[in-house]
Amino acid sequence: MWLYEKKLQVPVRVTAPDPRMAKYVITQYGGPEGELSAALRYLNMRYTMPTGKAKGVLTDIGTEELAHMELVATLVYKLLEGASMEAIKAADLGSHYADHDRALYWENAAGVPWVAAYVSATGDPVADLHENLAAEQKARAVYENLIHLTDDPQVKDVLRFLREREVVHFQRFGETLMDVQDHMKRKKVF
Amino acid sequence: MDSHNQAHLLRKIQELSFVAVDLNLYLDTHPGDRRALEMYNNVHRDFLQAVRKYEKMYGPLVNFGYSPAMQDYWTWVESPWPWEIKY
Repeated sequence: MWLYEKKLQVPVRVTAPDPRMAKYVITQYGGPEGELSAALRYLNMRYTMPTGKAKGVLTDIGTEELAHMELVATLVYKLLEGASMEAIKAADLGSHYADHDRALYWENAAGVPWVAAYVSATGDPVADLHENLAAEQKARAVYENLIHLTDDPQVKDVLRFLREREVVHFQRFGETLMDVQDHMKRKKVF
Repeated sequence: MDSHNQAHLLRKIQELSFVAVDLNLYLDTHPGDRRALEMYNNVHRDFLQAVRKYEKMYGPLVNFGYSPAMQDYWTWVESPWPWEIKY
């Protein structure tokens, strides 16, 4: 079951509205390497993992990714807050506005909506943990891309925090993979 | 409105919560690490203390039975919500 804490994991600040940056940042909300993909991937894989440690890691990192999804949503919200219609159109967000007004939506930076094909679950714990390692690296890379796309130091702060968490998650999945491989080796000894 | 103090108290809770989450993930793959367990329990204590202090003034941080409703109104529905707070 899930519990919601009525707080952000870390503060989110923007120096000024920036609809163009909002258009880029939204990719970590609903894009292929974004937090929705990460949360659903891990929370789904946990049901059939062979060890308690794997179930714990996937549940907990999956839950943290939901909190990160909230941070990205808040960043988009604040980057759009107070932006004029002219600024929104100039930032090429008119298509988003047509379908969604200022509501958030799960789409990538080009406006392509989220698809379940962004996440996989083969049911093979070794394959699936490798997918998670790759996912964390890809998310890290995208946060680096986003950091390059802005000059706002406060926006960079949040993006840097999210990037650092991906590095830690990668570490934890590496440990989980080794533990699962040990477990599977032990099971083969009669 | 007392928004500056609210953001300040939340900041303290966020710092403690972050340590708890990070230790939690570490303990998931190192469940036997006694030093980490002890650190976790220390953070847990400080975290709960900071949460109770915040909740007395600003209402519950968690619902679904976890926090008492200390005001005579269901303050859970009140603003600001997390994405509205100005830090």
